Amino acid sequence: MTAQPPQSPKRTTTFAEWLDTLAPSVFIWPSVLIILLLAIFPLFVSLYLSFAQVNLVSGGYEVKFVGWKNYEKIFQGSQQRNFFGRWSDELNFLGLPGSPDWIGWVVMALLTVFLAVMLVSHLRRRQYQPIKLIGGIIGTVALTAVVRVFTVWLVAPSGAMAGTWFEEQYWLSILLPVLTAVGSANVLGIDGLFWRVVTIGFTLALAYLFAITFGADGLPGATVVTLVFVFGGITAQYVIGLGLALLVTQNLPGKRFFRIIFLLPMLITPVGVGFLFRMMADTLLGPLSPLWQLAGLSNYSWVETANGARLAILITDTWQWTPFMFIILLAALEGVSTEPIEAGLVDGANRWQLFRFVVLPEIVPVSVTLLLIRMIEAFKIIDLPRIMTRGGPGTATESITLYAFNQWKASTSSIGFSSASAYLLLLLVTFCALVLVNIVRRRVLEAFA
Amino acid sequence: MRLKALALLISILALTFGVGITSAQDGIVLDILTFTGPQIAEPLQRHAPEFAAMSAGVQINVVTVPFGDLYQTILTDQATGTNSYDVFVFAPQWMGDYIVPGYLEPLDAYLEADAAVEWDDVAGFFRDFSSTYEGSTYTIPLDGDFHMVYYRTDVLEQLGMTPPATWDEYLAIAEAANGMDMNGDGEGDYGSCIGKARGEQGYWFIHSIAAGFLQSQGTGQGGFFDTETFMPLVNNAGFIRALEIYQATNAFGPAEELNIGVGDTRSLFTAGRCALTLDWGDIGSLSVAEGSAVNDRVGAVILPGSTEVLDRATGELVTCDDMTCPHHINGVNHAPFAAFGGWSGGISAAAPQEVKDAAYAYLSYVSQPAQSNVDVTIGATGFNPYRVSQFEGADAWIAAGFSEAGAANYLGAIRDSLNSPNMMLDLRIPQNQRYQGVVLDTVLSQFLAGEFTAAEAAAEIETQWQEITEEIGLDAQLAAYRATLGIAGGE
Repeated sequence: MTAQPPQSPKRTTTFAEWLDTLAPSVFIWPSVLIILLLAIFPLFVSLYLSFAQVNLVSGGYEVKFVGWKNYEKIFQGSQQRNFFGRWSDELNFLGLPGSPDWIGWVVMALLTVFLAVMLVSHLRRRQYQPIKLIGGIIGTVALTAVVRVFTVWLVAPSGAMAGTWFEEQYWLSILLPVLTAVGSANVLGIDGLFWRVVTIGFTLALAYLFAITFGADGLPGATVVTLVFVFGGITAQYVIGLGLALLVTQNLPGKRFFRIIFLLPMLITPVGVGFLFRMMADTLLGPLSPLWQLAGLSNYSWVETANGARLAILITDTWQWTPFMFIILLAALEGVSTEPIEAGLVDGANRWQLFRFVVLPEIVPVSVTLLLIRMIEAFKIIDLPRIMTRGGPGTATESITLYAFNQWKASTSSIGFSSASAYLLLLLVTFCALVLVNIVRRRVLEAFA
Repeated sequence: MRLKALALLISILALTFGVGITSAQDGIVLDILTFTGPQIAEPLQRHAPEFAAMSAGVQINVVTVPFGDLYQTILTDQATGTNSYDVFVFAPQWMGDYIVPGYLEPLDAYLEADAAVEWDDVAGFFRDFSSTYEGSTYTIPLDGDFHMVYYRTDVLEQLGMTPPATWDEYLAIAEAANGMDMNGDGEGDYGSCIGKARGEQGYWFIHSIAAGFLQSQGTGQGGFFDTETFMPLVNNAGFIRALEIYQATNAFGPAEELNIGVGDTRSLFTAGRCALTLDWGDIGSLSVAEGSAVNDRVGAVILPGSTEVLDRATGELVTCDDMTCPHHINGVNHAPFAAFGGWSGGISAAAPQEVKDAAYAYLSYVSQPAQSNVDVTIGATGFNPYRVSQFEGADAWIAAGFSEAGAANYLGAIRDSLNSPNMMLDLRIPQNQRYQGVVLDTVLSQFLAGEFTAAEAAAEIETQWQEITEEIGLDAQLAAYRATLGIAGGE
């Protein structure tokens, strides 16, 4: 078909032309939709399941909607101690339950100071007008409080709405005030401050959970155990991986050989690694038992004490995942241009100064991405604790994923409860990832810029 | 490159279809699901060629998953309609959860038409309790299960002690024997080995200890819940005492004890490293198997009991007399615990009829005396005696390597347990896995790891059990519980 020259300045499109412009969408959208469906469908189904209970009935199963019951079980019910942990009932001087030991208090104090400094520097940088700032804060707090009071009145048992759907819908009295707070902070122009305060609050709450569950009469739950695995693991992996990468970039003999050797652990399936380390750590029947006996550890068990078991899993995880850090940091290090290093050498910088002021700033962007990937991955840890300790002794090494799996495995009707646990894990991962990307990454980049 | 890829694709396709065609030509393939043995899976695989020869080429394909995953694998396979398996060899405890949604085929008609299976030879307990549900038979027992205590005859002789009749005696022997060299390698060995790992079989052992405290009036009394109110029988002096005994055995076992299962304790015991162990019937045949260091030095005895039993009205312990423990032996109340109930085979209701027929024929074949009376004497099978003919003649046992006295002792302990009018049944109410496999298992391991005191653990189990009951419905659970105990007024 030949194209018609335009008859008038006002261009009309023919059907064929219209088809042409549509073609990319027609070809692309189906696949986009299918991929979206594949990604989102399970997400929605499991979200729905987290509010439900599945029962096996004659000829199949039925899904019964139970509202927030699964979440209530975790936050206030019988599973609170397994999910969050246990702490002493005594109130400390802050008026909160739990008694952290002195290390806990010191860490909490340092963290509070650090976060406060961060908040102040944010306020300075944004240069809010005092009236707008104070007005925004008062407005947000006041609106949220009003909505909260109203919704509490609304859902009160045998209150004004007794007998209607609103009665005892407690989640309304949480969800609506939260939405109000987010909305009004946005409208009043203090959303930057608002999200920082939320982040700080969440971080302090997690830190406090750490402090009280590791404190007197405390016992860490699946959340804290997972965080230990994640942050203990990736710190060790990053430090060792960077060290190895730095070593391999030096012109040492056999560096190609070591490059391959250091990579091997990553290629082994985690289940295999779990069994391997479980056997090696077994002082009684394991292949290394003669060595353990020589060391006087013949009747000692690494997995008998809570921290011993956690350490065993951390060591294994580090052994397996250090290569991942290593190979990417190696690529980053090899990409560092030589000119600034040479310039630094001419200026008389020592090795540490070269590393700190020339090399490190160049690998920071890669490092943050690397830590993010590893962190998201590490939050899902299940294979190693399941194989090595089965979550034991007790529940000392039970990560959130393993916890959710254990609940589901023995009963289909608990699949809703497991979904609820998994959703809380998703929230936790999202929060930590956002903090890393938005706050840590920017600060680190600024610090090294 | 592309040619290579094409060739690869074609060969994969050819293989796939090729396999499909050959299996279709050869006839029926039975997919049997059970747990990662080698026990249980071993005899199922070993009998396959004989069966293929006599059944016009029915092929047997045994698939195994870890024990902790078996319950859910069966459920998922059926609930999702995947139907990858035709036969399940599983714990009869779980059958309620499979029968209510209609996953298992009733076998009454098959059994009636089959004389070779010698159904009357199966011990009453397994025939009437383990394989039936609400009056119909759903499984063929392949194994007989209850706990016993095994001891080293030579060690006890050396110590001048007799086999334990109570748990206090068990602890006394364990303490005295702990640290002795029992296998002649010059190193100290263990007084008691119990597989206490979480996610394995550890949670059954607590009821083996608790049974003697909790149940005294005969099998119908039950040992898990009150038969009137369905209050869990855990937050009381009897169960707390059992928890304390269970924990006390830690001191006389290997350091790894909290992380090892029965597979490991069996190796330790047959390697001569333990004076006492608590186990199903397997130790008997394993002790005479090749590689055992304790051949003819092993004795078995009915589960130890208690001189004090729970008074359910007060929650306290009272001394045994003819009133409080009518079945006592020399003042000791024994309640042998039928833990697990014995591996049994059930047939998927979703399988085609000719597959069901072949499946029944195979289960019947493995269970028939000609096969099973030999299998139960072989340690590697994991099958323990469950037929009357298996306790009667000692010949098969002597042929398997037992001494005459050894066989008499082992079969005697089995007979004592099976004949006890106070045998304690395992929990078989709907979703029992949540009560035992999740709550009891988790809290017990938390208790053993020192996260709870005995009293806290008992209270925790009670709270969580009641939470499950509330969720499922108290009346339904109580009725199901009474039905499993054979109490009138149940369903």
